[in-house]
Amino acid sequence: MTKIQNLSRRNFVKVFGLATGGIILGCNVSGDKKEFVPSSSDKNSFSPNLFVNINKNGKITLIASRSEMGQGIRTSLASAIADELEADWDYISVEQAVGHEKYGNQNTDGSRSVRTMLEPMRKMGATVKMMLISAASKRWGISSNECVAENHYIRNTKNNEKIFFGDLVEEASKVKIPDTENIKLKEIKDFKYIGKNLKSIDLKDFTNGTAIYGMDKKIPNMKFAAIARCPVTFGSVKSINKSDAKNIKGVDKIIQIDRLVPPTGKFFGMLGGVAVIANNTWAAFQGKLNLDIEWDLGDNKSYNTDSYNQKIKKRLQKNGKLVPGSRGNVATAFKESKDIIEATYHVPHLVHAPMEVPNATAWFKGDSCEVWAPVQDPQTVRSEIAHFFNLALENVTVNVTFLGGGFGRKSKSDFVVEAVALSKEINGPVQVVWTREDDIKHSFYHSTSTQYLKGSLDKEGQVSGWLHRAAFPSIVSSFKPLSDYASGFELGQGFINNPYQIENFRFENAKAEAYVRIGWMRSVIHIHSGFGINSFVDELAAKANKDPLEFHLELLGIDRVIQGKSEHPFNSKRLKNVLKIAAKKSGWGKKLPEGHGLGLAIHYSFYSYVATIVEVSAKNKKIKIENIWTAIDCGLVLNKDNVKNQLEGAAVFGMSIALFGKITAKDGAIEQGNFDDYLMTRMKDTPNIDITIIDNMETAPSGVGEPGVPVIAPAICNAIFSATGQRVRTLPLIDLGLI
Amino acid sequence: MKSLSINGKNFSIEAQNEMPLLWAIRDIIGLTGTKFGCGLSQCGACSVLINGNLMKSCSIPISYVEGKEIFTIEGSSKNLEFLREAWHQGNVPQCGFCQSGQLIAATALLDKIEKPTNEDIDNAMSGNICRCGTYTRIKKAIHKAVELKMNDND
Ligand code: FES
Ligand code: FES
Repeated sequence: MTKIQNLSRRNFVKVFGLATGGIILGCNVSGDKKEFVPSSSDKNSFSPNLFVNINKNGKITLIASRSEMGQGIRTSLASAIADELEADWDYISVEQAVGHEKYGNQNTDGSRSVRTMLEPMRKMGATVKMMLISAASKRWGISSNECVAENHYIRNTKNNEKIFFGDLVEEASKVKIPDTENIKLKEIKDFKYIGKNLKSIDLKDFTNGTAIYGMDKKIPNMKFAAIARCPVTFGSVKSINKSDAKNIKGVDKIIQIDRLVPPTGKFFGMLGGVAVIANNTWAAFQGKLNLDIEWDLGDNKSYNTDSYNQKIKKRLQKNGKLVPGSRGNVATAFKESKDIIEATYHVPHLVHAPMEVPNATAWFKGDSCEVWAPVQDPQTVRSEIAHFFNLALENVTVNVTFLGGGFGRKSKSDFVVEAVALSKEINGPVQVVWTREDDIKHSFYHSTSTQYLKGSLDKEGQVSGWLHRAAFPSIVSSFKPLSDYASGFELGQGFINNPYQIENFRFENAKAEAYVRIGWMRSVIHIHSGFGINSFVDELAAKANKDPLEFHLELLGIDRVIQGKSEHPFNSKRLKNVLKIAAKKSGWGKKLPEGHGLGLAIHYSFYSYVATIVEVSAKNKKIKIENIWTAIDCGLVLNKDNVKNQLEGAAVFGMSIALFGKITAKDGAIEQGNFDDYLMTRMKDTPNIDITIIDNMETAPSGVGEPGVPVIAPAICNAIFSATGQRVRTLPLIDLGLI
Repeated sequence: MKSLSINGKNFSIEAQNEMPLLWAIRDIIGLTGTKFGCGLSQCGACSVLINGNLMKSCSIPISYVEGKEIFTIEGSSKNLEFLREAWHQGNVPQCGFCQSGQLIAATALLDKIEKPTNEDIDNAMSGNICRCGTYTRIKKAIHKAVELKMNDND
């Protein structure tokens, strides 16, 4: 049976660098479970991974084990503890944990941080509170029922005497920890912080320029490095002519590093190339520009996205591999139908392009190594370093800095491995900085997809059959070469768990080879499924001559709950509800100004339910996005304003995909390189964005960071149809001359 | 030896004429609040004020700024402080990385236009990319800063 443990008298104080003389509690949260999971009662094996510390000044420190990349996780986790503890928000601070298995799963992706950690955080807060109450009741000689915690004080309800939390810490640290089953959590209605609007705990550092991101780490005598990598993925160096680069002032050394190939199934390795070591970043960049390298381009030099897309499109005209989850008989449905429509949709490769480029600082010291880097998954980084450089795991320390955006890019550790390899070579600390061109040309790209859909309508204009064929290079190919079909987890992102109630449903997957490194980007495969499915339902609605809103609601069918394997069953009612609410907000059905149109999209991802309505206007064949209304049901909300901020950001991110996002390859090399040819949504493009958060505090929390993205592109395209009659089946809009 | 005046302080540094100001500030002087985002005048992460004018420090050589007044996010001015307060009230940042540049660009705007319209703001701020997408909050916060300033005056 597990517990929260009092670590105050163990050497955790030292290990975690906390102030002495307070209470330090640790508890164990495992993996992906939202529950507070019991572990063995064996004291020695108890390995806590969440920590809270309260000291004599009343200061409460939480060790945040997830990376902060703009999703507000530090603030959210702190609010859960503070609420149960009845703490004063001003006394709360958060420290970033280093990468260590002690902290349980630290991988910050899949929108799961809040999902898994809420309960344990609350229990930790409640435990500290109970210990403080118990200490106070002893001091006053009254029962603990006669004490209450209020805003950093314990109050004696009999005479209203108060003691400050900090003044009770000493005595409380000696109190026996309450058993888990005796921990009482607050009722939802009593929440003070949870579900309210909290400001980011890091605001001041963000606005003073004092937040330390990866590139801001400085070590005395540290060198700076830039790396030239082969323009074609996995190509290698044939020969180097170093002379020009060496002439740049500040350039120290030119070092060739070989590709590190990850073992099958895990890790990321690094691409290899030629590194310029210099005294400052600029000299390193200049040196790199002056390198004269002959490359062996390797097997991927044949990659041309234009011809590749044509090839895949052709492939989709034939049957693909039937995927489990299909049902009914599509062929018969088509035969007996009144109308049949077909459409093919395409989304190009995309790249994350977080505002802060990949970078890492490493100091390899022979039998140990320390790194400082903006990483989403510090534990993988740590294991990967231990693996490639033959170090004992405990001798590798990974310090997580702030992340200037991640979006999935920073869960790949290639850039950190590069820094370690170079530090080992030069025998001293070094910071590797990618240029923006490096970032855009050598990423783990969001997969490109092509989808063929065929649907039938019966006499009543109801969808009777649905055939969906999709092909996209799989993420698995980055871990297991020659994985040419999509994996189950990818198809489970919106394709086979299509939320509509369609009797005859068939899903096929076609082969798609990978010629670049494929990775996950915010919302991952949902970007494809959300675009294809929502666009096609809109086409079906038009064919059936029905209002898209009515049509979607009808197609969602009767209210039903699908349990599945997860602890978050799918509930079609919640999806209908967000759609109705977003529609109402947008004034769906109202008369619009000339040239305006509304479009809608819904999507279920990361267990959250999202609907978006977009209003566009068309003038002189150009489209302007006028309004975006998004409604989300993500269960219990920790920090409302943060959820709002995330959803606003998702709308902007989704707009970048719809309007501009396109990575192309020619002869194996990526053609885009910076924000002048890989465009981003800017303020002048940004419309009014209205976010509604469904009040559903009784339901377990689900994802927030990603679910707002997949709806944006299809809602925009459906709005364009409504405004102009033009169907957009290929992204981005800028290629169609619409922007 | 070159001498740079940043936020009213003088710094003597050893660097080549062509080095962009951004790298002199970050790597040599050690003020890391000014960020690198593109190196190509495209994103505004590196925004600073030179003699009061908004500039992208990744694209101006230090030879150009010698003898001029450089203002960075580590500095303080009346408008910047109102903007900071408005940024806090509006809980603007997500990852925060672009926000130094956003605040500097907004400072330049308020230094020139006392009460900017939405269009003024769009024009002044569209050189700054926020990949996290905090644009609507930034716009609101700029209006808020104007309001705070006006209330402060009376
Ligand atoms: S880094 Fe200077 S504008 Fe982007
Ligand atoms: S807050 Fe992350 S880039 Fe603007």
